[in-house]
Amino acid sequence: MINRLSVATIWVLDQNEALRFYTEKLGFTIRADALFGDYRWLTVGLDSQPDVEFQLAVIKVSDGYTQAEVAFLTQLVAAGKLGNGVWKTDNCQQTYELLSARGVEFIQPPTDRPYGIIEAIFKDNSGNLMVLSQDKPR
Amino acid sequence: MPLTVPKQIRLARRLLDQHYATPITIEALGSQVALSPYYLIRAFKHIYKQTPHQYLIGRRIAKAKELLRNTQISVTEICAAVGFESLGSFSTLFRKATGLSPRAYRASSLPAASPTYIPLCVCFLHGIQDLPDF
Repeated sequence: MINRLSVATIWVLDQNEALRFYTEKLGFTIRADALFGDYRWLTVGLDSQPDVEFQLAVIKVSDGYTQAEVAFLTQLVAAGKLGNGVWKTDNCQQTYELLSARGVEFIQPPTDRPYGIIEAIFKDNSGNLMVLSQDKPR
Repeated sequence: MPLTVPKQIRLARRLLDQHYATPITIEALGSQVALSPYYLIRAFKHIYKQTPHQYLIGRRIAKAKELLRNTQISVTEICAAVGFESLGSFSTLFRKATGLSPRAYRASSLPAASPTYIPLCVCFLHGIQDLPDF
């Protein structure tokens, strides 16, 4: 049976800009970065999860995507309607302050939820909406 | 296009892979594969979607990334080792290719797995068939 996640995709508008955002602002590290012709396979990950990596996949016309599909995908990503994720932290308020100081745009500050978590919402620099989540002690 | 050209173009790419760290002119490369520079550039780009010069720069940057991630060799030494003559142009091209300066790239990297794994679904989707001879 399937037993764990290995690689997941985050759609980005510009790989260089996304790499700067995910490494310099969020603190991810580069896992893979290789060119295959004009296709750049670029993944990042968290040091605390060495067996999981995230592909920063650029949306561009290729054998797999038409111009119309690229335009549509770009619109969805920029509007925050395509890529969503939840990142866990031990201290939502502290991480929120740290990332805000680095220039990360939050659209909701840390908020206490009745279902046992504190969560904030930020956007990556492509427009993807991400949740920063802390489990509250039970 | 004559049937012999793809073989010559593959040879040109292999020569770039093998000798990326030394100065290579398009005239010398063309001479080694018996094609005119103009025809070589055109055919190479048709097949690999980049010119021989772009491929060479990419090859050098790829090797620089590998050295930055897996060794403690200084940026200046890496610049020379992969075939760049100027640290300034190396840094500019590296930043343009990766988004980060060589030092920032090293600081943001873990040692690289070798060889790089790329999922088959991605290869299939993007038509990746001809992997570089790294």
